[in-house]
Amino acid sequence: MADVTMRIWRGDSSGGDFENYTLAQNEGEVVLDVIHRIQATEAPDLACRWNCKAGKCGSCAAEVNGKPRLMCMTRMEDLPEGPVTVTPMKTFPIIRDLVTDVSFNYAMAEKVPALLPPPMPEGGYRMFQEDVERGQEFRKCIECFMCQDVCHVIRDHEDNKQHYAGPRFFIRYAELEMHPLDQNDRRELVREEMGLGYCNITKCCTEVCPEHIHITDNAIIPLKERVVDANYDPVAWLGRKIRRRTKRTPAEAAVQPAP
Amino acid sequence: MTAVESSTKVVLGGTRGGPDVATLRQDRWWIQPVITVAVLTAFVIYSTWAAFQNRYYYVGADVHRDLISPFYSPCLASNCVPGAKAGFAFSGWTLSPALLILIFPLGFRLTCYYYRRSYYRAFWWSPPSCAVSDAHGSYSGETRFPLIMQNLHRYFFYAGLAFNVLLTYDAIIAFRQPGLGLGVTVGTLVLLTNAVLLWLYSISCHACRHLCGGHVKSFKAHPIRYRIWKFLTPLNAIHMNFAWASLVFVALTDVYVRLVASGALTDYKLF
Repeated sequence: MADVTMRIWRGDSSGGDFENYTLAQNEGEVVLDVIHRIQATEAPDLACRWNCKAGKCGSCAAEVNGKPRLMCMTRMEDLPEGPVTVTPMKTFPIIRDLVTDVSFNYAMAEKVPALLPPPMPEGGYRMFQEDVERGQEFRKCIECFMCQDVCHVIRDHEDNKQHYAGPRFFIRYAELEMHPLDQNDRRELVREEMGLGYCNITKCCTEVCPEHIHITDNAIIPLKERVVDANYDPVAWLGRKIRRRTKRTPAEAAVQPAP
Repeated sequence: MTAVESSTKVVLGGTRGGPDVATLRQDRWWIQPVITVAVLTAFVIYSTWAAFQNRYYYVGADVHRDLISPFYSPCLASNCVPGAKAGFAFSGWTLSPALLILIFPLGFRLTCYYYRRSYYRAFWWSPPSCAVSDAHGSYSGETRFPLIMQNLHRYFFYAGLAFNVLLTYDAIIAFRQPGLGLGVTVGTLVLLTNAVLLWLYSISCHACRHLCGGHVKSFKAHPIRYRIWKFLTPLNAIHMNFAWASLVFVALTDVYVRLVASGALTDYKLF
């Protein structure tokens, strides 16, 4: 097979530039294989994260030819002719070369109020298959954070990181909101503090998800609709008044440890 | 309810990797926004022109037909042509009757989740495509006026349902050909297809899916809502297709009725 030129971003927080590496392309290789060959032959100090090489750990997320991809799942022969550009995820601060500091996501993960089930009934909790299946899609997330990386709300506007959880955590909020045993009401939280309204549903998160989770259709839009139920729908408000159903107060919905 | 206090602090402003360019994408990412701009602009120009025409929107008993353009149905103004009038009419309205009603289907499409995705990308460049920098220095999304009004989508959905009922009624009575009895013409099939596509666009809508069953916490406790939700979910997955098909076909329906009403085309009877 012909040679391939890899344009790889080399640098750290003090700056960086592209370096070109030209090497033979082997049949069946993925981008991560080529990166490893460069480490083994030309640049032993080239930094990249990886772990499973099977698209299940999410560690090797980077941007290949400008698009967020898992390097271990991107086949070289599927890329167009010419140099292959590999850069770190743009949304997060660089540590070195292809490795970024994704701690923003850990901070947002800590902020998610946990599941709050009712007291354990006799015989234990029961959850039916219909309800299990609904949340199961969201459990496929491997936390590669490519959806966070591609989301323009924080990719292009750093200041929004203070008040925007991002698509990965909106699927977590949606999963909890749809959980039949959960008693917390997170609608005000996702509207006020987690910035659900910042999402303008351009669906890039769904496009890059390696697990093909329908992030926008099945999580973000249903969450937006639930926020409409609570805040922007006078008919729903009237219905709650007539049926004497109220939203849970912050005190009632306070975070409690799971049993 | 408030967020859990996080021990990991969000640090802003770290140095980002990669060059400071709008995008490194090498594919033709701009094709989709260009097509969206072309189709939506063409539709807006045509529908505005058609709405202000105030003629050739009804084919009546003089040619044994009962076809009305979807842009003018229901025809609620006193100046509607004979035969096209709905039961109720605004007297004194001198402008085109279409201007009375188009805000509702227009609002439904304007606040539709799919169209929002399309025009935010194509017209507002926010962002123009995935992993391409958006064109704005600051961004507040749908948190402030006027974009916070997008949350009214479900009300336009309700209005859209009423219009679907009326347009379905128009399609059914089009089979009744004054002076000839029942029959099927190209025009009746056009109106019927238009009504079917509008129904598919409406019931595949995200707000519909939520209102019919998506809002419940437990499907087990609401088996009928679950069945409806399960029926709507695959339709919702192809909402985009229905959005484009119904948009194009509603314009084509108006074109067809306009051509027949103006005498440029004959509405052929099939059987």
